[in-house]
Amino acid sequence: MAQAAKRITREYTEIEANPPQGITIQPIDEDMFKWNIEITGPKESIYAGGTFKLLLTLPTNYPFKPPVLSFQTKIYHPNVTNDDKGSMCLGILRSDQWKPSCKILAVLEMARGLLMEPNPDDAVETSIAEQYKNDKAAFEKTAKAWVKQYAK
Amino acid sequence: MSSDDEFMSDQLSDDQYEDDDYSLGELEEDDDRYLDDVKDEKPSKKAYEVDYKVHSDEQIRAAQQIQIEEVSSILGLPGEQCAILLRFFKWQKDRLIEKYMDTPDEVLEDAGLGPGYEAPAVLEKLKGFSCEICCDDERGLETYAMKCGHRYCADCYRQYIESKIKDEGEASRIECPSEGCSRIVGSKTIDLLVPSEINHRYRELLNRTYVDDKPNLRWCPAPNCEYVVDCAIRPTQLHSIVPTVQCSCSHQFCFGCGYADHLPCPCLLVKKWLKKCEDDSETANWISANTKECPKCVSTIEKNGGCNHMTCRKCKHEFCWVCMGPWQEHGTSWYNCNRFEEKSGSEARDQQAKSRASLERYLHYYNRYDNHDHSAKLDKDLYVKTEKKMTTLQSSSGLSWIEVQYLEAASKVLQQCRQTLKWTYAFAFYLERNNLTYIFEDNQKDLEMAVETLSSLFEMPTDQLANAKKEMMDRTAYVNSRRIILLEDTAKVLAEENWKFTVDLKQ
Ligand SMILES: [Zn+2]
Ligand SMILES: [Zn+2]
Ligand SMILES: [Zn+2]
Ligand SMILES: [Zn+2]
Repeated sequence: MAQAAKRITREYTEIEANPPQGITIQPIDEDMFKWNIEITGPKESIYAGGTFKLLLTLPTNYPFKPPVLSFQTKIYHPNVTNDDKGSMCLGILRSDQWKPSCKILAVLEMARGLLMEPNPDDAVETSIAEQYKNDKAAFEKTAKAWVKQYAK
Repeated sequence: MSSDDEFMSDQLSDDQYEDDDYSLGELEEDDDRYLDDVKDEKPSKKAYEVDYKVHSDEQIRAAQQIQIEEVSSILGLPGEQCAILLRFFKWQKDRLIEKYMDTPDEVLEDAGLGPGYEAPAVLEKLKGFSCEICCDDERGLETYAMKCGHRYCADCYRQYIESKIKDEGEASRIECPSEGCSRIVGSKTIDLLVPSEINHRYRELLNRTYVDDKPNLRWCPAPNCEYVVDCAIRPTQLHSIVPTVQCSCSHQFCFGCGYADHLPCPCLLVKKWLKKCEDDSETANWISANTKECPKCVSTIEKNGGCNHMTCRKCKHEFCWVCMGPWQEHGTSWYNCNRFEEKSGSEARDQQAKSRASLERYLHYYNRYDNHDHSAKLDKDLYVKTEKKMTTLQSSSGLSWIEVQYLEAASKVLQQCRQTLKWTYAFAFYLERNNLTYIFEDNQKDLEMAVETLSSLFEMPTDQLANAKKEMMDRTAYVNSRRIILLEDTAKVLAEENWKFTVDLKQ
């Protein structure tokens, strides 16, 4: 726990010193194991104009286990569960792919990258992924409507 | 009931069967010393039986050692490296040798055995070192790196490996903790860093991966059982055979899917059926209730044995627990408690009527499936009670212990047959109606009637039971023969792929 805190503080300082584009971070309380995240939809993406609130939760045995990242703002996306949890489970967020040398920043950048380009081959919402692959226009229409409705 | 995922969890994917260079393990005839457990092939194999062997944990270890040594002598590499290579190649020995002959450096690199692998694993203290994982930079910190040079403090390295072994059950594919580095953590590193009990677990897991990687091997799913079953049946054959095996621990299970004995129902139908039952559990719940009303006088009747021949205590009306029809009909040739009567097409015109008809049809089969499941438990309870009473009787009447063994035999057969009957209903649910269906249903009916008769014998008063030994033994033998006939007939048609099912078994 003390070990995790040291590492988390270090990462927080690094991110603050060199803030990534379109991402803001705000630890919820002093022990730093939960962060509020805000990601803006990349300009060139269908999520442009939206601001998405996310919650980052760090496990007590961080960094030996991956962080947990979830969308608090409703989003129409093949890699985010379409329920009140907004869970994500891909790439380095999975414990078999996470390595203790991975960083929170990489997780956040991956999330923003997924707004730029969803990954339908590793989807949690298979029907949305199907639509993304086969009927892009319909996908974009719903995604944009949701941005308007939930992410403004 | 197990979930869908669990059910097929250790099913191997089809692509692993492409290179067909497996024999029955690498445990061939010349390795007879490792095969003392081989079941003798019975002189006349039944159509529903498959060939298999049971191996102990030690035999599995020994089989691995033999292959490691063989590869080691061919490739001229140390045993430990060959073990890593074999695991990396999922024990496809010939493919490994072939590839290694072509491109040795590439093979070694891919398996994490690149240049300089042989150097011993040691901890080092370095000036000005800061651990990237825990951010510790204390002086005198012990550090470790494999040949890839990704160095972390020994504590972090150990914690990483321990969590892989303990939490994720990983062993043969633990990579360097550095992101993007796929060097495999070998046993030298493990020996240096982790405490002995976790090292022990690591060895166990390595042993497990061998079985998991070999399509002809499967761990016995019974809790705490350490035997491995060796059977040549592949997933692509499961539409034509139900490969049922019995472990040395006596547990009977399906080699195809790992589920408990589900003869005569093919794996895919079992999977579909269990899924359906789970999805429809609410609709079906009411019928598994333990009490019903007498169809004649409406007084409440509780079922306490497995037998489905009920007699109302109040009005003495005899009826069948399953279909609630009068019992007299069950003893005659027009017993059709097992058969679902399809309503004529005109009755099911609109959508609502159709869905009601399909629910009724499902409930018909589910009811009977569930009832045999339940009755098997009741039969067992009743046997346990009976055995107790018999023991008391023994001491008062001077009967020897051996003389009540027929009761245990009868109870076992009864439970096995109920298990079979249970799955005949899942089987029948997916069956399309044709001439063969009638043969199946007749077999099912004959077994069911035989089972109910045997089951009812257990409800006799104990003092009478002691005199019913001959009848009990005859009934037991008869029930058993009905089971064999049913399984034999069903398996033959399945092998010829002549059953018509409502779902495609080859999907
Ligand atoms: Zn460290
Ligand atoms: Zn490395
Ligand atoms: Zn066993
Ligand atoms: Zn099976």
